[in-house]
Amino acid sequence: MSDQVDHSRRRLLTAATVGTGAIGVAFAAVPFLASWQPSARAKALGAPVEVDASKLDAGQMLKVVWRGQPVFVVRRAPGIIEHLGDHDAMLADPASDDSQQPDYIKASGAARARNPEYWVGLAVCTHLGCSPLGAFEANNSFQVAGTDLGANWPGGFYCPCHGSKYDISGRVFKSMPAPKNLTVPPYAFATAARIVIGVDDAPKKA
Amino acid sequence: MAAAPDSADNSTGGGLIGWIDQRFPLTKLWKEHVAEYYAPKNFNFWYFFGSLALLILVNQLVTGIFLTMNYKPSSAEAFSSVEYIMRDVNWGWLIRYLHSTGASAFFVVVYLHMFRALLYGSHRKPRELVWIFGCLIFLLLMAEGFMGYVLPWGNMSYWGAQVIVSLFGSLPVIGHGLVEWIRGDYYIADATLNRFFALHVAALPLALIFLVIAHVMALHEVGSNNPDGIEIKKHKDAAGHPLDGIPFHPYYTVKDLVGVAGFLLLFCGVIFFAPTFGGLFLESPNFLPANALQTPPHIAPVWYFTPFYAMLRAVPSFAGTQVWGVLVMGSSILVLFFVPWLDRSPVRSIRYRGPIYKVMLTVFVLSFIALGVCGLKPPSGIYPMLARVCTVLYFAFFLLMPWYTKLDSVKPVPERVTGHA
Amino acid sequence: MRKSWVLITIALLWSGLALAEEGEIALLHAGADIRNTDSLQRGARNFMNYCSGCHSLQYLRYNRMAEDLNIPESELAANLMFTTGKAADTINSAMPKDAESWFGKQPPDLSLMARARSVDYIYSFLKGFYVDKTRPWGVNNLYLPGAAMPDVLAGIQGLQKPVFKNEPDAGGSARMVLVGVDSMSAGSMKPEEYDQFARDTANFLDYAGEPVKAKRQSMGVFVTLFLLVFFAFAYMLKKEYWKDVH
Repeated sequence: MSDQVDHSRRRLLTAATVGTGAIGVAFAAVPFLASWQPSARAKALGAPVEVDASKLDAGQMLKVVWRGQPVFVVRRAPGIIEHLGDHDAMLADPASDDSQQPDYIKASGAARARNPEYWVGLAVCTHLGCSPLGAFEANNSFQVAGTDLGANWPGGFYCPCHGSKYDISGRVFKSMPAPKNLTVPPYAFATAARIVIGVDDAPKKA
Repeated sequence: MAAAPDSADNSTGGGLIGWIDQRFPLTKLWKEHVAEYYAPKNFNFWYFFGSLALLILVNQLVTGIFLTMNYKPSSAEAFSSVEYIMRDVNWGWLIRYLHSTGASAFFVVVYLHMFRALLYGSHRKPRELVWIFGCLIFLLLMAEGFMGYVLPWGNMSYWGAQVIVSLFGSLPVIGHGLVEWIRGDYYIADATLNRFFALHVAALPLALIFLVIAHVMALHEVGSNNPDGIEIKKHKDAAGHPLDGIPFHPYYTVKDLVGVAGFLLLFCGVIFFAPTFGGLFLESPNFLPANALQTPPHIAPVWYFTPFYAMLRAVPSFAGTQVWGVLVMGSSILVLFFVPWLDRSPVRSIRYRGPIYKVMLTVFVLSFIALGVCGLKPPSGIYPMLARVCTVLYFAFFLLMPWYTKLDSVKPVPERVTGHA
Repeated sequence: MRKSWVLITIALLWSGLALAEEGEIALLHAGADIRNTDSLQRGARNFMNYCSGCHSLQYLRYNRMAEDLNIPESELAANLMFTTGKAADTINSAMPKDAESWFGKQPPDLSLMARARSVDYIYSFLKGFYVDKTRPWGVNNLYLPGAAMPDVLAGIQGLQKPVFKNEPDAGGSARMVLVGVDSMSAGSMKPEEYDQFARDTANFLDYAGEPVKAKRQSMGVFVTLFLLVFFAFAYMLKKEYWKDVH
């Protein structure tokens, strides 16, 4: 041990080595973390789903599966469509401020849809995830699943698990177990009655 | 009960470290095993392989866990789940290659690590237990590698499992029942794959981790050997530190880092440019799914088992049974455990031994490599005879050791280490 | 002295490893280059048109192939997808699962054939059909004796006949050994055209065996350079600290 230790050289070399090593570790970590992203197979299975709603009558509904979840497609009767904004006072979140939907859905107001004739939304109650039932006729004392939906029922959905009620745009009523409106996924119309669920834009087909 | 201030200097680290030190021997462990573990200053190239083995163990554990996230351990889905990882999972191909190359790298490093011991007498008293833990690690590592290779459920996975498991059938009386018990079925089936998965992913890694900790603890208890084979603790300075010793940190942390960098260059070279390594690391027939009706034209175990496989095949059938080959193969590994007692030389390191040991060790290494080549080839031509000769030479190294190590000349052993890296 | 013996022994053993098995016909060299996207595109087209009727590529997705081979989505759907409309699907064939009764063997999936057998094998195989009246379909293959596959390429390649050579066996008696094939009739492609066809198709199957290969190699260059820099720093650091020990 003859010479004096060159501390600044040691600090420099240590910094260079540790720095390069840290960058290497960061690079090495990326593949492991990225491997958790959806795989090509998940993306293939989670691909957009096309729905042909042309055969639906007014007041009828169909359900499809998209990314493992059930999705409602409801064809609304003209009478219902006219009165969509009338019962906003009964709703917890009429403007959908606290709920999940694409911007273009929120912008459509009470209709909560790209085309007011069809309503598309996830059939997943925002309380604990049960699948709500359809109760689309506006009626006083409308009965569904043995339950009286009460006076001034404007038509909508009823969840049998804990009694949450939603209107026909999926907006939840006040004082329900469910906290938010039914979620609306991204979707687009390929033709007048072909809905592609899972994309914001669809190439228009003949 | 007031907590008495710690009289030893271990809790003076600032707030957090001090708090931990009062409850857990963090600084104490760091000092004892790293910062103030005095290792001989003359470690050479052969001393890189211990820390490299530890690095590879961590690699296998981490990449293995990530593979388990997407691998399906059923005979119906295993093969396609591996291709799913290779193609559909983001970066899955890299995780797979890290694991498969890591397995082969593990054996390269471990063989070189064991060779170092034979060079410098690291198996000798008082380090017999370090050697024995090491032999146990080697044994379990072979089991781990074998089971890992079955998991992709390729055609070589299947037939390799078939051959190795049926070896146990040659044992007298218990053989047949034993094979059925290992398989869990009447043939290599889903049940076999599932249990190999459980052993490969959970049981053996746990056992290996415990053994590695025991191995290092046993080493640190007596201190490391060195290329001169002398005890550095014989000559200490005023502070009680060996004169020929240097603290592991920073000197060997910094040196091992260079070893790691060099190793990674080779390791990544293989992964990115030659992951199958000419069919040695990932055998071609294994890219076809397991087929009970079609044996690959050429069954060969993965390269790191081929020396032992060659010994197995070298021993002919006798008295109507193949069990002798199995016993010879088993003994070839068991004999390792006895080396500390077979070696009767008065000196440890090859540097101070005579020519006999040097010749015997060279012959042993060449025989081992030759056996490996024989194990890769089909048993025709010169290979069967070569395998027999080399099996005899392999055993001669060990069984004659008590005699030739005593017979061999020795050179005077220095008091202090010679040379340093 | 001892060192040269070591080297000689290793050399002898190693050369033993390299020799082909006795009696096998040496494979032709495909010269596959997976970075040649034009060749891969042609190979993909060849595969879809001539092979995908019976052989699936069940581990390769259309959209992955399109991305790696620079094939626009429109061309993919128009020219290369015959069994599905979704680009994210895997490449399956229309062959039913019980085709064993037709051919004696289910046409195998070819996703991994290049890794299991080598790209040179595929190239050779495509050029190795010859007329053999003893076989159910009237053809055999030089590189897979007893192949169950009919010669679907006869239209473009033409027919080939086997070439025998007189090689006395170990006992000295004369026997005819199959050593190659020769052209017998012309197909719609000229020999050079068919050769290119076979090369492109083999190249494409090489890609299909490991789609990430080209990217893996490029990444490897970057990783190696990085590690060299790290090695240099680590080495200088070690040398600096070890000054204390000298």
